[in-house]
Amino acid sequence: MTDVIKEDQVLDCSGMLCPMPVVKASKAMKEMQAGQILKMIATDPGAPPDMEAWSRQTGNELLRSMTENGKFIFYLKKK
Amino acid sequence: MSKSDPNAPKRLALIASKGTLDWAYPPFILATAAGAMGWEVGVFFTFYGLTLLKPDLSASVSPLGNPAMPMKMPFGPEGFQNIAWPMPNLLMANVPGFEALATTLMKQTFKNKGVASIEELRDMAVELDVRMIGCQMTMDVFGFKREDFIKECEIGGAATFLEYAADADVQLFI
Repeated sequence: MTDVIKEDQVLDCSGMLCPMPVVKASKAMKEMQAGQILKMIATDPGAPPDMEAWSRQTGNELLRSMTENGKFIFYLKKK
Repeated sequence: MSKSDPNAPKRLALIASKGTLDWAYPPFILATAAGAMGWEVGVFFTFYGLTLLKPDLSASVSPLGNPAMPMKMPFGPEGFQNIAWPMPNLLMANVPGFEALATTLMKQTFKNKGVASIEELRDMAVELDVRMIGCQMTMDVFGFKREDFIKECEIGGAATFLEYAADADVQLFI
């Protein structure tokens, strides 16, 4: 059992395809404070590699990326 | 001047030269994705791409001359929806309204699958401060006026784009 991450905000991008998950996540993060955590849910199979790239490019840390009931869950920490 | 400042964000410079629905997607998808990654983005809309800056987008798609385009139905059971219908050129060229039908089918299929519309992507590009440059020469050639385009765009020429692209990390012609 891995540690539980407590998110400050949840963003559901289920059903959305590229580039929406990345765009929505970025928009949500802009409204947040440094150090806060966004939990993002997506169903686009392109989201895992894209969120990793987005994290590397923006410097916002991807704390965890996992699959749950066929959905992709990301925990992103605002830098 | 992105190159002279090591802390400057990355920069993407695109040329959008085509105005059909299928070709409208790549520049707007790349522009919004790059904007979401914190990059600076500039898009030069030239030739038929210039029409993508009109307030009311009427981009359509023609299967004629697009032999690799899969024709899919946006309704019915999944197996039916996944069928790629063979469309002979003779049919596409001669049946009135075929292009309108193909456009409707593509828009509906995209919507069903969760792809944003061109209008939505353009609105997001505006929100992300994507610099949109309409080509002055194309305006002159096709008889467009400044008022024919959205107020968020600027008008410029090849030199305007090249100066911006010279300091870009990624440049693409679409």
